[in-house]
Amino acid sequence: MRTWFTALTLLVTAATAAPASAQTLINGAGATFPYPIYSKWFDAYTKVDPEVRFNYQSIGSGGGIKQVTSRTVDFGATDGPMSDEQMKGAPAELVHIPTVLGAVVATYNLPGNPRLQFSSNVLADIFLGKITKWNDARLTALNPGVTLPNQPIAVVHRSDGSGTTYIWVDYLATVSPEWQQKVGKGTSVNWPVGLGGKGNEGVAGQVKNTPGALGYVELAYAVKNKLPVGLVKNAAGKFIEPTIESTTAAAAGAAKGMPDDFRVSLTDAPGEAAYPIASFTWLLVYKEQPDQLKGRAIVNFLWWMSHDGQKYAADLLYAPLPAPVVKQIEARIKQINYQGKPLLAAR
Amino acid sequence: MESTAHGLSLTPLARTRAARVNVGDRIFRVVLRLAAGALLLLVVALAAEMLRTAVPAIQRFGWRFLVTSVWDPVAEQFGALPFVYGTLVSSFLAMLIAVPLGIGAAVYLAELAPPWLRPPVAFLVELVAAVPSVVYGLWGIFVLAPLLRTWVQPALGSTLGFLPLFQGPPYGVGMLAAGIILAIMVVPFITAVSREVLLAVPNSQREAALALGATRWETTRLAVLSYGRSGLIGAGLLGLGRALGETMAVTMVIGNRPEIALSLFAPGYTMASVIANEFTEATSDLYLAALIEVGLLLFVVTIAVNGLARLLVWSIGGAVKVARE
Amino acid sequence: MTARGRRVVNHVMGGLTALAAGLAILPLVLIFAFLLFQGASAVNVEFFTHLPKPVGEEGGGMANAIVGSLILVGLAAGLGLPLGILGGVYLAESRDRRLPWIVRFLADVLSGVPSIVIGIFAYALVVLPMRRFSALAGAVALAVIMLPIVVRTSEELVRLVPSSLREAALALGIPEWKVVLRVVLPTARAGIITGVMVAIARVAGETAPLLFTAFGNRFWHQGLDQPIAALPLQIFAYAIAPYDDWHRQAWAGALVLIGMVFVVSLAARVATRGRFSGVR
Repeated sequence: MRTWFTALTLLVTAATAAPASAQTLINGAGATFPYPIYSKWFDAYTKVDPEVRFNYQSIGSGGGIKQVTSRTVDFGATDGPMSDEQMKGAPAELVHIPTVLGAVVATYNLPGNPRLQFSSNVLADIFLGKITKWNDARLTALNPGVTLPNQPIAVVHRSDGSGTTYIWVDYLATVSPEWQQKVGKGTSVNWPVGLGGKGNEGVAGQVKNTPGALGYVELAYAVKNKLPVGLVKNAAGKFIEPTIESTTAAAAGAAKGMPDDFRVSLTDAPGEAAYPIASFTWLLVYKEQPDQLKGRAIVNFLWWMSHDGQKYAADLLYAPLPAPVVKQIEARIKQINYQGKPLLAAR
Repeated sequence: MESTAHGLSLTPLARTRAARVNVGDRIFRVVLRLAAGALLLLVVALAAEMLRTAVPAIQRFGWRFLVTSVWDPVAEQFGALPFVYGTLVSSFLAMLIAVPLGIGAAVYLAELAPPWLRPPVAFLVELVAAVPSVVYGLWGIFVLAPLLRTWVQPALGSTLGFLPLFQGPPYGVGMLAAGIILAIMVVPFITAVSREVLLAVPNSQREAALALGATRWETTRLAVLSYGRSGLIGAGLLGLGRALGETMAVTMVIGNRPEIALSLFAPGYTMASVIANEFTEATSDLYLAALIEVGLLLFVVTIAVNGLARLLVWSIGGAVKVARE
Repeated sequence: MTARGRRVVNHVMGGLTALAAGLAILPLVLIFAFLLFQGASAVNVEFFTHLPKPVGEEGGGMANAIVGSLILVGLAAGLGLPLGILGGVYLAESRDRRLPWIVRFLADVLSGVPSIVIGIFAYALVVLPMRRFSALAGAVALAVIMLPIVVRTSEELVRLVPSSLREAALALGIPEWKVVLRVVLPTARAGIITGVMVAIARVAGETAPLLFTAFGNRFWHQGLDQPIAALPLQIFAYAIAPYDDWHRQAWAGALVLIGMVFVVSLAARVATRGRFSGVR
């Protein structure tokens, strides 16, 4: 009896004893789309401010919205902006802060990793289940130099609530009235066909392991895993490769007319060089922070992220924020407050 | 010494001591009853809490929840049929493989194996049960699924492809992979319980058969298996109960597609997997309630199966232990 | 059937059932072989001492996950053992009429509940009121999973203590509660410890209930009321990711986890081998 009691006391003491340098732990959850750069940022930021640790779990945008709304985490992350209803459902005002731009790409597993071209309608029809084989006439027409095999297309989509999904289906709904009517858009939809993978990681893994598979992932995931990336025909009729430049081009138009709350869609953006399936990704924080210490740490991070942090973006294949957007973000960060007093120290 | 219960002519000192002893015993009994009560409360609270949070979905969908196939979080339409189907099919497939293997192994261990071989083999079977589910899932993704995709599914597809059971693209992951992994995980439980059932069969039965000149196998078949039949069915049911609730390994290999398909090659979804995948992101109260209702369904089904199983196993005789799971 | 035929059938069935036993064990061998083959290379000092690295960077380890698992299991044991052992003693010693039957039935019911359902329960009970994911929530979930095993094993072991010991103690005038605490429990102690080890081995590998209670943490734990890393969670996250380095670490993590579980199971087995006559 006594030994058990001592053991329990020791265990609880050991477990509750915070490490020597008492750190503030800030918990966040959400999108897998920006996870590579977020994990880089949070790791780099431990050197900028050793007093703070950001613990981010990539559970999908849907999860990010849910957990920040129920206040079980301090901040959320999503690539599908919250709808008006979702924002009304939150206990207090949530602010969207754009962090980087990314591209959602069509990735596939075919022998020889050929460079494939897709048009918007073809992608929609593949995901609707109307085009089922790789050597379908419409695919071969788009790719004259490539021998496509007589193999069924193993479609892969997300099984979890995902902002990447939101961007992808937002695009499909924009270009295909049939998709808009049959499936619609959201972070989680009723997919007509395909296998579900958990997170961008799950889809990339599934595509990598399944010959004949076709899925959609954020650009970084495809490149890191040496998966081929398809070119997509944009609104101007050009086949565009998803790169940092074409992603930035997609944002160029939006930067001018950026709404105050930053909720904007970049899909099928106009412009000769614009990649049609690009998007911002956002962090979700409460305008009124409940904890002063954490709130201050969060706004300091947001400031660092939108300035110094941007230099990490290109290496990880994300496009940095356009300069006018950064100015708007600065103004927004200054509005985040604790009991009425802005948290950001004068800069 | 006079018995304290009768309180007959005790000296004052003895009376005080007796009173103290009685108090000690009473406190002890109260503490024990409190512990028992706490256990009771725990299970009741579990069921009640789940029921309470699932109410919005129950009210909204009623019976249709069990028979509708649409799972659409955007339109907030939730029907659990694909998950029920997936759970049942994967478990059924698992039983098809695991019951013969499990009972066969149990018969070997209890009746036919040379005595020196029994403890190590039994030990190894127990170790199979000790492997965590996530490790099975890991092995499933990287070993089993590629195996199925490269060799087994194409072979089945070309030979038996006329059956709707074996049609469709070979993903590797899917219902077949889930069924096989479940079978592997469930066999040790069936073996362990079956072995206990068989060992509980009185020796007189065996001796009678042997005295009549039966071989070892005939003894087993005539005297032991038929006597222990209901217990063996119970063991199978216990395995089924396990298979129904298995989460991680299945989630990693089933393909996560909420659709009812006849083919074993097709991806599916089970009740436990949908909860694991979607719980942290149920963005609306109705979505969460629907998921919890799925959990409630799973809860009720596993209790029914396990309850029935235990009744059957206990009917063989009180000596059978089902404790070690 | 001829005598010869019957002998043949006997041998064939002997062979078939032996085959069944072999097939039942085969996955164990296969899995262990793969774990060693794939993961042994990644099990090094760095694995045990470093934190996970960000995506794309080689190296890093699962130190926080290993410690996290130990903390979760330890805390779960601290919560679940007292209640479980007391419950088991109750079932074995009580002279009540109906309550023991109900409790035994409910303990069996609880043991059949899928662990993910128990995770939902812990979410509702701990995470929602506390408004955050925490090690405590994870430990509560694991404790509830441990309870039925501990209760049933304790009951069995207490029952198996020979009544002669009990009667001798009572005859000496020792009050009943002292008999249980000072005579019966110490005698049954080794068996109860075995049951406890079995329960620990079982919950150490649980992933599903931790998904939305302990939540996971890329850094060292910051207290019991904060999210915490756990080995099975980390393995799951790495397994479904597409990075080869993470896959190797997942195998390594699985090797460590299975090693821990096996060692505990083995120890439990060794403890009971022939120590107590009549105690299985």
